[in-house]
Amino acid sequence: MIADRIVLTLAATAVVVVAGWAYLRLGDRALAALPHGAYRRLVPWLFAGPAVAMVLLALAFPAVVTVGWSFVGADGGFAGFANYAQTLSDEVTRIALRNTVLWVMLLPSLAVLAGLAIAVLAERVRYGALVKAALFLPIAISAVAAGVIWSFMYDYQPSGAAQTATLNAVVTALGGEPVAWIVDAATNNYALIGATLWTQAGFAMVIFDAALRSVPDELLEAARLDGASEWTAFRHVTLPFLMPTVVVVATTMTVTALKAFDIVYVMTNGNYGTDVLSTVMYRALFTAKDNGLAGAVATILMLTVVPIMVFNVRQFRRESGAA
Amino acid sequence: MTAEAVRVRPAWWRRIPVHLVVAGVAVIWAVPLFGLVISAFRPSWAVLSSGWWESFALPGDYTLENYRRVLDRDGMALSLFNSLAVVVPATVLTVALGAAAAYALAGMRFRLRSAVLLTIVALIIVPIQITLVPLLRVFNALDLTGSFLGIWLVHLGFGLPFAVYLLHNFFAAIPRELFEAAEMDGASRGQIFFSIVLPVARPALAALAIFDFVWTWNDLLVALIFLGGFRDVAPMTVAVSQLVASRGDGWEILTSAAVLSVLVPMAVFVALQRHFVRGLLAGVSKG
Repeated sequence: MIADRIVLTLAATAVVVVAGWAYLRLGDRALAALPHGAYRRLVPWLFAGPAVAMVLLALAFPAVVTVGWSFVGADGGFAGFANYAQTLSDEVTRIALRNTVLWVMLLPSLAVLAGLAIAVLAERVRYGALVKAALFLPIAISAVAAGVIWSFMYDYQPSGAAQTATLNAVVTALGGEPVAWIVDAATNNYALIGATLWTQAGFAMVIFDAALRSVPDELLEAARLDGASEWTAFRHVTLPFLMPTVVVVATTMTVTALKAFDIVYVMTNGNYGTDVLSTVMYRALFTAKDNGLAGAVATILMLTVVPIMVFNVRQFRRESGAA
Repeated sequence: MTAEAVRVRPAWWRRIPVHLVVAGVAVIWAVPLFGLVISAFRPSWAVLSSGWWESFALPGDYTLENYRRVLDRDGMALSLFNSLAVVVPATVLTVALGAAAAYALAGMRFRLRSAVLLTIVALIIVPIQITLVPLLRVFNALDLTGSFLGIWLVHLGFGLPFAVYLLHNFFAAIPRELFEAAEMDGASRGQIFFSIVLPVARPALAALAIFDFVWTWNDLLVALIFLGGFRDVAPMTVAVSQLVASRGDGWEILTSAAVLSVLVPMAVFVALQRHFVRGLLAGVSKG
């Protein structure tokens, strides 16, 4: 079986490369036989056509169908907003909505804070490169592996037993009572957001790190010569320069928070009041097998990203000018 | 240099808060990884009775037994290769179709060009959950669920908006004179694409490929839905999440499975991090 997989990997890759090359070369040559005007009109679609078709088939059409489905009842007839009413009146969805709001408030702000703080402060200590590496590595770690790592960090043994998990060992060493981080409703959502922050803060740091290099040194120098403290210089010179980057990081993390699924699925599967919209939707799709209901939850999820989508498109139009 | 010279070094005690924040963050970020890697090499009785940090007091206590047990596990070694069979072709497909489309959008003028571009920018952040219900039905009807072809196509569709956006930003920065000179010489679009655009854009293609590789490798949701029910094609993320869900194993097994699942993307990432960072930066700002 393993040999099969290796052969499949190599063969599929070779087929894609050869077929892609042949398609563009032969297509280009065939179109070149046409009059010049027709060639110039058609050749963009030779190149963009396959990608546009895939995006329409895999994303755009299914999205429209899902929205349509969210108005179809379990009996197959038009149900108006019944699916929405049903899901929104459900306690589970309400908890998921509350949690999603919590994710959206905490993850972007904490990621900006941690990423910015380390990007700025790592320059000022000799072991800065080490700190950056510590934040950077988890970027490559899947949410599944991060789920294992943090479940292990948060593991709980009853008071009195040996605490073999890091966090509770620290808590009990400091004289506290062990906490069931993942089960306790007072801590579990924060625990999940914290685990996600651990994988995401490196992204924020890398982006801030690059943006910091665009801050003109002369301005900072001038501020310092005028007697500004490091904090004042940061607050009035560096931060204004970084504002666009803060917005970029915050919107990216907001989308990450809205889409959160893997880490919740692995660590709690939505139990103990930790559901988010994605896990509710997954269960509606697979456990309840209710397409209308799943469609309604997915549409609610979709609506939450629309403002960011509009913002991104406007930003892109402004930056590229031409589009 | 001048900035350093002008800056008066503050008294050592005023720098304590900086050290506290930086070292504190470094410890919080590094400790979970240490705990993972060390526990994955500890025998199960040790993991049950003591914390990973206590293993430093018992040198020679480490073992490779956990990895042998994980790999002997039904399909775990196969899952590693399933991940490769999912990820490599999906990544190559995404980069190939993305590059062709990005060239058309950045280097040619045609009707609907800006409409296509704006639609793609809008679709980058669409939650894929919105597409799952209809896609799954179509895939079931076409018997594509549980097949590698099926998941390649899904990853391709979901990955393309970001790929086109990122490469478009790079291609748009290539001087237009380069294209125009080649056109004057009578080169066709296909020739320009293969002999000018692709070679010039090699760093961008590498950045996108690494990004896509790590992304696809780490995906759980798509694999769960389109391959999940079929154990013999399940990639690493699905296999590890099933191991967690079964709750029958100790931490030494879960941690070594997690280490195995992280090995490949981590190696790619660390070896090629400069490309990765470039891709990341181009993805969030204009390239």
